Amino acid sequence: MTEKIIISGAGGQGVMLLGRVIAEVALNENKFTSWLPSYGAEVRGGSAFCMVVVSDEEIPSPYIEKADTLIVFNKPSLEKFISWLKPEGLLLVNSSLVPKLNPNKNIQILSFPLTEIAVKLGNIKVANMVALGIYLKRKKLFDIKTVFKTIKKITLSDKKNLIDINIKAIKEGLNLI
Amino acid sequence: MKKEKILISGNEAIGEGAIQAGCFFYAGYPITPQNELTAYMAKRMLQEKRVFIQAESEISAINMVLGASAAGFRAMTSSSSPGISLKQEGLSYLAGCQLPAVIVNIMRAGPGLGNIFPAQSDYFQATKGGGHGDYYCIVLAPFSVQEAFDFMFFAFDLADKYRNPVMILGDGFLGQMVEPLTVKFQIPNSKYQIIKKDWALTGCKKRAPNIIKSFYLKQKELEKFNLLLQKKYKTIKRRETRWQEIDVEDARIILVAYGTMARIAKGVVRKLREKGKKIGLIRPITLWPFPQKAFLKNPKARYLVLEMSYGQMVEDVKLALEGDKNVEFLGRAGGGIPTEEEIIRRVK
Amino acid sequence: MKKIFSHPKSLRKIPTHYCAGCGHGIAHRLIAEVVDELNIREKVIGIAPVGCAVVAYDYWDFDCCESAHGRALAVATGIKRCRPEKVVFTYQGDGDLAAIGTNETIHAANRGENLTVIFINNAVYGMTGGQMAPTTLVGQKTATTPYGRKVNLHGWPLKISEILGLLKGVVYVERVSLHAPLEVLKAKSAIKQAFLNQIQNKGFSLVEILSACPTYWQMSPREALDWIKEVMIKEFPLGRIK
Repeated sequence: MTEKIIISGAGGQGVMLLGRVIAEVALNENKFTSWLPSYGAEVRGGSAFCMVVVSDEEIPSPYIEKADTLIVFNKPSLEKFISWLKPEGLLLVNSSLVPKLNPNKNIQILSFPLTEIAVKLGNIKVANMVALGIYLKRKKLFDIKTVFKTIKKITLSDKKNLIDINIKAIKEGLNLI
Repeated sequence: MKKEKILISGNEAIGEGAIQAGCFFYAGYPITPQNELTAYMAKRMLQEKRVFIQAESEISAINMVLGASAAGFRAMTSSSSPGISLKQEGLSYLAGCQLPAVIVNIMRAGPGLGNIFPAQSDYFQATKGGGHGDYYCIVLAPFSVQEAFDFMFFAFDLADKYRNPVMILGDGFLGQMVEPLTVKFQIPNSKYQIIKKDWALTGCKKRAPNIIKSFYLKQKELEKFNLLLQKKYKTIKRRETRWQEIDVEDARIILVAYGTMARIAKGVVRKLREKGKKIGLIRPITLWPFPQKAFLKNPKARYLVLEMSYGQMVEDVKLALEGDKNVEFLGRAGGGIPTEEEIIRRVK
Repeated sequence: MKKIFSHPKSLRKIPTHYCAGCGHGIAHRLIAEVVDELNIREKVIGIAPVGCAVVAYDYWDFDCCESAHGRALAVATGIKRCRPEKVVFTYQGDGDLAAIGTNETIHAANRGENLTVIFINNAVYGMTGGQMAPTTLVGQKTATTPYGRKVNLHGWPLKISEILGLLKGVVYVERVSLHAPLEVLKAKSAIKQAFLNQIQNKGFSLVEILSACPTYWQMSPREALDWIKEVMIKEFPLGRIK
């Protein structure tokens, strides 16, 4: 098994964190993993992306040429990375910020208003964790218990109050499909 | 001793590796894509009660390192390509003063300001001296976060042993990528001077004064000193050359690559071997001294040199094989990376 | 009979290579005397410059480090931060300290590094053949100002000591001269103060020494001393700056 994921969105949408969490979960399940952030000048507002590879064997390159999964949080990200998705690949789209997609038989599309769902949950920043829930349910790569354990483990001590809302968002995502 | 598996970036792993290898002094200047390393040192060096300085320039940073090293301490600086160009003066003086130091170059694409994409285009600069004068840096090329960490011990040991600057040469990917790292937390607490340095500047108490210098006014004296350096380089070549080889003996085609490029090459070798293709890989770990011997095992094979630069290491491969008939090159410039697909197409 | 004068222990008994009338020999000796008097020979570390005094370590009898042109204060910073208990000083000319090394100078001073700087201002590059220095006076002829330094072409003499005096990290700046015996004594006491400041952990101290270069001023040693007194001091007034 080798799963290559590209995650992209506006700076501030939690793109990097989502990638990092997936890699941390993979580590805790003793899989090979790599996480490669884009390191441009974008901090807030600009576009940000990262590449995550999870595998049962040694990972040749952290850089992804063709992705199994593409998760996009806004329209520019979709336009930039759609051609990087493999045929039959999974596209997870934040429909709150991406206009309706034309049906495409070559890829699997999951479209949810991630931003709106996050706002309803009480924190716009957890759109990434809603996406994680959906992704986990669809791909079934990891034990959900490891995911929750990982979230608790990697949250910095001064941010512990955010654990609950993040776990709530993941659960929300898990229940969407 | 605590053994732990953590997720960490190459830049941070280099920092932690240096600290655990006893690095007492770090000076650096911000430049992408190695900023995480400087920030890591800013945080950790103070925790360990060691010295961190954000210098006013790359030039100052390397000269501060020269001072710290002259004082007998393990010292390092880090930067990326344009910054390493600025440090060449200091590197030449370190070599000329026979001072140990570790210099990390997380390469980005050039020439000039270029861009911040990962590249390997400082190969010539790193392996052929770089600054003025007849000298070499020992150049180590890690290809994973684990090696980035492990090689710091190796780098400081080599630097002290040979009283010579050692460069860690990685590309932007190596610095930025996050991978699992097995760390043995075992920090040396007080003994920063791991090797006895009786040449160091400590104040001339109960001994004749020590002078650290590279200046030899008389032609014959300077030539004598240069011959001494050459003798040292010969010893380093003989003793410290390192490489990794995979399936070289029966290979019809052998890929040659280092750093991130070697990971991609390794993946290609694995993939094509499964399909029965006689393919192998030589991965230089020391870029200087270049592992010429690695090419003696199967000199008749077809060699394909892969670079994230435009034909730099390929020259050393041609020298090692004493000719260029069976040496091919595939590389990209300006931040590009030869892809798995491209390599497989070339191999066939 | 009481001994009242002797050769400093910190100065080797060998002739220097300096030209007749050059100030470097005197400045070297003053430092050696101060090192002896403060009893710090076994813990002092000197940084030799690039310039005429490049082999200062051949004359001083204590630990020394070479430095690339202009980098003395970066090297000194590295040493002092690692060995704060040692007494570290740099010895730099005007080109070294105020042209190619201005960045290192200003930032080491601004960080308030606990260092002592002996700054030799002779208004000319000596070792390379008498070119214009940042401190060359307006009208002064050098190899690279054959028609004299002109403000519209070369700018004004750089007053680095006054600039450094503005910085919060700097505790002591004084300009002295070597043109007369009394001035030499004053220079020595300034040097001593600059070393004492470091020993007492007070911070960055600099002594600027106006020093003659008869060779590239194209004067006799006597004329050179008079030139300091009558011309140079007008541009670079003596005394405590900070």
